[in-house]
Amino acid sequence: MQRAGNPDSPLFGMAAEVPSASALYHAAEKVRDAGYTRWDVYSPFPIHGMDHAMGVKKSWLSALVFIGGITGLTIAAALTFYPSSIEYPLIVAGKPTNFFTVPAFFPIMFELTVLLSAFTATFGMLALNGLPRWNHPIFNWNRFDRVSDDGFFLAIEATDPEFDEEATRAMLEGLGAKHITLVYED
Amino acid sequence: MADAIMQNREAAEQRITRAPLVTNNRSMAWITDHVASVTEKKAPVWWWVLFTISSALAVCSVLCIGYLISTGVGVWGLNHPVGWAWDITNFVFWIGIGHAGTLISAILFLTRQKWRTSINRAAEAMTLFAVVCAGIFPLIHVGRIWMVWFLAPVPNSNAIWQNFRSPLLWDVFAVSTYFTVSILFWYTGLVPDLATLRDRAKTKLRKFIYGIAALGWRGGNRQWRHYEMAYLILAGLSTPLVLSVHSVVSFDFATSVIPGWHTTIFPPYFVAGAIFGGFAMVLTIMLPARAIFGLHDLITDDHVDKMCKIIVLTGSIVGYAYAMEFFIAWYSGNPYERYVFVHNRLAAPFMSWFSWVPGIGPEMAALGANPAPYWWAYWSMIFCNVVAPQLFWSRYFRRHVIWVFIICNFVNAGMWFERFVIIVTSLHRDFLPSSWGMFYPTWVDIWTFTGTFGIFLALFLLFIRWLPMICIFEVKAVLPEADPHHGHDDHHREPVAVKGAAH
Repeated sequence: MQRAGNPDSPLFGMAAEVPSASALYHAAEKVRDAGYTRWDVYSPFPIHGMDHAMGVKKSWLSALVFIGGITGLTIAAALTFYPSSIEYPLIVAGKPTNFFTVPAFFPIMFELTVLLSAFTATFGMLALNGLPRWNHPIFNWNRFDRVSDDGFFLAIEATDPEFDEEATRAMLEGLGAKHITLVYED
Repeated sequence: MADAIMQNREAAEQRITRAPLVTNNRSMAWITDHVASVTEKKAPVWWWVLFTISSALAVCSVLCIGYLISTGVGVWGLNHPVGWAWDITNFVFWIGIGHAGTLISAILFLTRQKWRTSINRAAEAMTLFAVVCAGIFPLIHVGRIWMVWFLAPVPNSNAIWQNFRSPLLWDVFAVSTYFTVSILFWYTGLVPDLATLRDRAKTKLRKFIYGIAALGWRGGNRQWRHYEMAYLILAGLSTPLVLSVHSVVSFDFATSVIPGWHTTIFPPYFVAGAIFGGFAMVLTIMLPARAIFGLHDLITDDHVDKMCKIIVLTGSIVGYAYAMEFFIAWYSGNPYERYVFVHNRLAAPFMSWFSWVPGIGPEMAALGANPAPYWWAYWSMIFCNVVAPQLFWSRYFRRHVIWVFIICNFVNAGMWFERFVIIVTSLHRDFLPSSWGMFYPTWVDIWTFTGTFGIFLALFLLFIRWLPMICIFEVKAVLPEADPHHGHDDHHREPVAVKGAAH
């Protein structure tokens, strides 16, 4: 078996390449059914339906974004009401400054809701993905450079309870995966 | 018999199948290489020529802005009664251009228009650079720019808070939110492609810079699932945002009492105009880029065709809005409103040609004898925005890029005239004839505006050189072989080119 990285360092996992998006999809279904939990498939673009094939749930980023949006709305409400109705009621054209002037604050409330939601969506996505990070053991494998071009890979981590060098290798071979490689942490 | 049926069926299927989004059956590696290599090869000579010209123009703008700040807004031609002139015209012009980028990236994403994938990156970049150009004008038109922090929501030096009920302050929030969200959306879309550039990098420096910029992206599905959700949410947020931004820009006018501005039609009218003008600008910069880099297989003639259709649709909405605001001016019975539309805009010398027409002849003769001072601006607008784009009803004009380019430039000019007409013709003669006046631009007005084209183009050229101008990963995702079920039902006669495009 090929090795990537420094073999004296801890083992990260076993990686392999498949020829196409559909091969990756079907490989994912089999790895899922074999009971693995700490593994991932890598592709140059998101593959439609792969979440189902891998057995992962819908991203819960939307919940974070909802909280971000509510925060933005609250900040905007405070930011407009406190100065305009309490701290410094600015009377323009003799119009009232009470709570019922709220429609005039809708644009700012909307904008800040969107702003904080967008920040949460972007940075929440990065946080859930553990990004940014300097490096990752999988990058020790030279073939993996093609993941952003036309390569389709899968990797099963050594920390997976089902991981076993021989059995995992046999399973990957059974999937028709090529270039099966042990990838080390450093 | 069976053969004949099959042949008929094949012919019928061919007629209803969609054209492939990427032509000539290009492979994934071809797409990566073709798009990424633009940033890797040496810059061609024409790039340096264009970059030199556009940065020289940008410097003109910067010098004019320096002169304005050090001297005062008096160096511009605006004065009473025209207190907003080219500054706000240019602001609305540029921000409107930005909206097509967001439309392509967000609204077409939500409506699953897969053809957007090869144009959204450049269109989003265009959005950012247009908003940069737009942002300059409201900042410098305040005059004492060192006081611009008065716009920020903190009490000013006299402990006075802003008027949060003012559309001008809404505008500050809307435009700055729009710019920020556009950057986030754009960068989120860039991350997987920056990883492509990182993985292809040959030199240590490129590897380092693109490595940092790609944030460690590795394309695992456990990342893609959050990524796709983030992209979907950002698209969902950007869609109402883009509508709100130009609505708020139109509130700057609509909530005032100036005849010609005080209309409820403004928000949808402005939004349609923004998308209209923005698509024209997208084509104006994309057609030369496509020709130069030979990207005809990615930005196909079908893409151009579809954008032309959007232009004729939004152009007709704009034409309808022009007619409707005119109708409401008449129907409202408000003499000031009517005066602005008829005597500040419509009345033109050529109307006296129609003095023979029975019934309206005398009115035509009177209007022709007393034309509006800015009749040429109004009629340029009508010609460029309403008449010229109607040519796109014809497939001939949509399919010949020279015509597309010419008509789009009419639209670019027309949309600038539209904002000029709205702003200057409304202001120059309003309620009191004793306070009427004209606006004449100074050389500072002219060069500040001309220079923003330099800023826009220079930024766009830098973008082309350093970042992939087509969204590589999204284009791959619309290839037929990207479909995980591709190639498994080969025994059916499948129209191969269509599978990826169909959903």
